[in-house]
Amino acid sequence: MSIDLKTIKHISKLARISVDEQRAEKLAGDLNSIFEFIEKLNELKTDNVEPLTSIAETTLKLRSDEVKSKNIREQIIKNSPQDNEDYFVVPKVIE
Amino acid sequence: MSDITKQSLTELVENIKNKKLSSTDVTKAFIDRSVKSEELNAYITNDFTSALDKAKKFDQKPNLNLKLPGIPMAVKDLFCTKDIKTTAGSKILNNFVPTYESTVTKNIWNEGAILLGKLNCDEFAMGSSNETSFFGNVQSPIDKNLVPGGSSGGSASAVAGQLTPVTIGTDTGGSIRQPASFTGIVGLKPTYGSCSRYGIVAFASSLDQAGPMAQNVKDCALLHEVISSYDSKDSTSIDFKRNHYSKELTNNIKGKKIGIPKEYRVDGMPKEIEDLWQKGIQYVKDCGAETIDISLPNTSYALPTYYIVAPAEASSNLARYDGVKYGFRAKGENLIDMYEKTRSEGFGAEVQRRIMIGTYVLSSGYYDAYYLKAQKVRKLIKNDFDEAYKKVDAILTPSTPSSAFKIGEKTNDPVSMYLNDIFTVPVNLAGLPGISIPAGHDSKGYPLGLQIIGKAFDEQNILNIAYAMEEKINFKNKITDWWIK
Repeated sequence: MSIDLKTIKHISKLARISVDEQRAEKLAGDLNSIFEFIEKLNELKTDNVEPLTSIAETTLKLRSDEVKSKNIREQIIKNSPQDNEDYFVVPKVIE
Repeated sequence: MSDITKQSLTELVENIKNKKLSSTDVTKAFIDRSVKSEELNAYITNDFTSALDKAKKFDQKPNLNLKLPGIPMAVKDLFCTKDIKTTAGSKILNNFVPTYESTVTKNIWNEGAILLGKLNCDEFAMGSSNETSFFGNVQSPIDKNLVPGGSSGGSASAVAGQLTPVTIGTDTGGSIRQPASFTGIVGLKPTYGSCSRYGIVAFASSLDQAGPMAQNVKDCALLHEVISSYDSKDSTSIDFKRNHYSKELTNNIKGKKIGIPKEYRVDGMPKEIEDLWQKGIQYVKDCGAETIDISLPNTSYALPTYYIVAPAEASSNLARYDGVKYGFRAKGENLIDMYEKTRSEGFGAEVQRRIMIGTYVLSSGYYDAYYLKAQKVRKLIKNDFDEAYKKVDAILTPSTPSSAFKIGEKTNDPVSMYLNDIFTVPVNLAGLPGISIPAGHDSKGYPLGLQIIGKAFDEQNILNIAYAMEEKINFKNKITDWWIK
């Protein structure tokens, strides 16, 4: 298997990371050597193996549905790169 | 007392309790040494002024019943600390000031400790050498231009260099144990679910665990006892009876059965590591334990499994960094362009690489071939340990396949960097506790570590084995203070 530039462009779109040509080539090389290493898993037959989905073998605890954090709007928007005191501000979406 | 920073945590606690030292004496000593140690680049943010104020306040009305009375402590910059900048070693969080405290650090402050500052680490804890940090390399106190290991590199450097009496790191694939091994200190990765993940910047949620790093096993046990707690804010926190690990610590390990897994004898492993392992086997035998040859047949599949599971979870966790709610934002022509530029400029090369791997293995058409496959192999790896623990109480292995390497030596080859974690990664995949203790030096005089892996929730047992071995090994870390002018 080989990851080509087209695939890199596709993944970068999915990951929302812009990648220029030079970076894309470097990433293709890196990812190919990493996946070559990962391909080792194909040596193993796993048809009848149950996937491990959770390492902590407990069921999730239930809690009552009540509000615990009240009036924290200020805290929530405190770290935003741009806000107008009430909302997060982003570049214009609707024309 | 001029040698305050040379004292262990246990000694410092005792001296403060006996009023031979004040919190101010101790805090001042560690601040002074930290200031002189800038070249190590162990800190990202310091909080020295406020630490000294807190120490003075503590001394005015000391509560000596606490477990860490007035003890200053720096922590890895992956733990959210209220009103103190928390960066995770990344440009994207360079201006992030949490409005809440992580549970683990809260536990530490509740026992009387005082924050010294935030320690450098690989960006989002992704790295094995502390070379991926946006804030630059960390130098090892062992030698100039030597990596301290990673991702908790600043933490390891700060403990070994005596900038903090003890610290906490996080371990997703070896990020506590590998740097502990590289710098000649003790590092414990607890059982998954033992320490709360609330308020820790997430990397791979099914693998991440916080844990203590210390000069010796007893200090490590004491700090573990403070940080391990059930927490309803972490849905995978486990409610089990926790020990008083330091009080119950014993060097009596007579009759314990210790497994020696043959698969850890990997190709190309230096003879020094093999010799160290054999010495370790002899030490546990000298302590009255029995060693048994065991097999963990799927060991060689652990690293490839990890490099699917961890990036997959990371790509999902790091989706939150979009330049909207917090952190760095780049200018963009429209919303999508802003997202893409923010993430491209805000994340470093290794983080981008892992997000790309993770996105790929989770993408349509590849999920079964990679992610599902990895989850199945992860099950096989866990089964290997379950099978082994029918015969043995713990497992002894080397911590790393080599000693520390030079800065820059492995940065161009991601796979060779990943191989550092070959002995530590299986433990995270199986959710088990593992401890690395310093056990000797290589021919260059660099520290080498041995790892003891335990059954889930059996931290007391591996701490005891480590404690017994520590006494036999009698390791002396060679710290020359090379960085102090």
